[in-house]
Amino acid sequence: MKVFGQVFQYGDNVDTDVIIPARYLNSFDGKELAKHAMVDIDPTFASKVQPGDMIVAGRNFGCGSSREHAPLCLKEAGISCIVAETFARIFYRNAINIGLPIMECPQAAKEITPGDKIEIDFDSGKIYNRSKGAEYEGQPFPEFMQKLIAAGGLVNYTNQKLKGHK
Amino acid sequence: MGMTMTQKILAAGAGLDKVEPGQLIEAKLDVVMANDITGPMALPIFRQMADRVFDKDKVVLVPDHFTPSKDIKSAENARAIRIFSKEQDLTWVFEQGKSGVEHTILPDNGIVAPGECIVGADSHTCTYGALGAFSTGVGTTDIATAMATGELWFKVPSAIQFVLTGKPSQYVSGKDIILHIIGKIGVDGALYQSMEFVGDGLCYLTMDDRFTMANMAIEAGAKNGIFPVDAVTKAYLRTFTKKPYRVFTADADAVYDAVIVIDLREVRPTVAFPHLPGNAKTIDEIEVMEPIQIDQVVLGSCTNGRMADFRRAAAILKDRTVHPDVRVMVVPASQRIYKKCMTEGLLEIFIDAGCAVNTPSCGPCMGGHMGVLAAGEKCVSTTNRNFVGRMGHIDSLIYLASPEVAAASAIKGYIANPEKIEKSKSSKAGEK
Repeated sequence: MKVFGQVFQYGDNVDTDVIIPARYLNSFDGKELAKHAMVDIDPTFASKVQPGDMIVAGRNFGCGSSREHAPLCLKEAGISCIVAETFARIFYRNAINIGLPIMECPQAAKEITPGDKIEIDFDSGKIYNRSKGAEYEGQPFPEFMQKLIAAGGLVNYTNQKLKGHK
Repeated sequence: MGMTMTQKILAAGAGLDKVEPGQLIEAKLDVVMANDITGPMALPIFRQMADRVFDKDKVVLVPDHFTPSKDIKSAENARAIRIFSKEQDLTWVFEQGKSGVEHTILPDNGIVAPGECIVGADSHTCTYGALGAFSTGVGTTDIATAMATGELWFKVPSAIQFVLTGKPSQYVSGKDIILHIIGKIGVDGALYQSMEFVGDGLCYLTMDDRFTMANMAIEAGAKNGIFPVDAVTKAYLRTFTKKPYRVFTADADAVYDAVIVIDLREVRPTVAFPHLPGNAKTIDEIEVMEPIQIDQVVLGSCTNGRMADFRRAAAILKDRTVHPDVRVMVVPASQRIYKKCMTEGLLEIFIDAGCAVNTPSCGPCMGGHMGVLAAGEKCVSTTNRNFVGRMGHIDSLIYLASPEVAAASAIKGYIANPEKIEKSKSSKAGEK
């Protein structure tokens, strides 16, 4: 599977409170949440983002609370992949569980600039910067997580497992 | 190669003799918790997998974030978990007037115990590591799966060992120690790792200090924070739980990614400046700066809303008044603590000083309600996060501090050193 889109870029320690502030957490409707995605760090994000666009960030992306509303609002906003130097661990789990592709790649995170057009091939783990002609090797998922993703997320994986037990 | 305390608990939970860092395991869970933000979202996902929870004694849903319900949507969410808890006949059902903040009421009702594997759909679930349990925060899909199956996948973490030595000075408590540590290693300093606390200094830390420290392990990016089970833990458990428990200890030859020694005698009252919990400054550094005038003080939360915290704050506020330009929100973290504050006379001290005392809730900590900040306002808070907009307007500023620093600042109207507040005639200042 390949994705292609334009880059929104942010720095280190982008926390879940700026991705989706608590004042919007009285809803868990993805479409509603997407209207407020990134509002406290980038108020124009929700109006500018196009389906397929990507987020590229520094270290510890998604730090803070366990709110799954954070990866969900980005997925619903149209984000096709997040590339970062590192991810906070709960955000990492949540993204995999809901099927939002993420990739750790410090070099790509450092060299890609806002507005670059990026193509990512999830099968090979390769990240192509089509604006600059550069190419990077992303960190592929461990086998277990690939199984989760192939099953279509944790819910389907669990249902397959539960059926197997019966 | 030996195992760390966390690795041994995870191995037992997965039914394995041995695990190694990086290994992916599926562990059985002893407690599965969610709240009024993450719980309602989990219910439709849960129903895709199961009709009944895996064990009605082990699934706990706590309404605490937006309760007492701040608006209609929040009321609907609290109602959804209330109905679900009844429909599933859950053993533990919590409601305002009989409960409080999740990370206080689970230990205080004896629901969590040493040696257990615990997950909660709240990042501060790492709090229960103070009791020698493996406990970590997860998201909604994870918690729905855990409610359905009683199992979850984990990547076995490596660990950083923190060796705490010596006795902290009178006005230094768990909050200063953990802010000092996060300041030292950074907000991703323990990313994906365990923070294991050991050393001769532990005996000077109350259970409440340990809850505060384990609670903020997530603010260093850690998967969990964990303390050994010692005499202090056992005394707490005798009072609060009837649950049988298993004590795990790290192997003598356990391997750590790093060993960091913290001399508690040298830790100073410490404040985390906006907008990261790792942005630590000592009170000595702050005292040579221009005074930082403040508008609000919050005393409470899953981090510092327990008895030891209120006793320390009250010792400083006794016979004094809050600065005229400052409002103080005191939020006991549970109904039990609220009542104990009353019987010990602390509520009178707070009210006489000019503090507002609120019903138990997460309320102001994440800008939910009961103390939201306006643009430009500054708040000294005993909570756990000072991110942009965390407590309200994106142009408000949060300074994370201990109850001692928060109380001193409330009196002075600027971020103040509790060591320099003169003792009042009748107070037992700094009582621990």
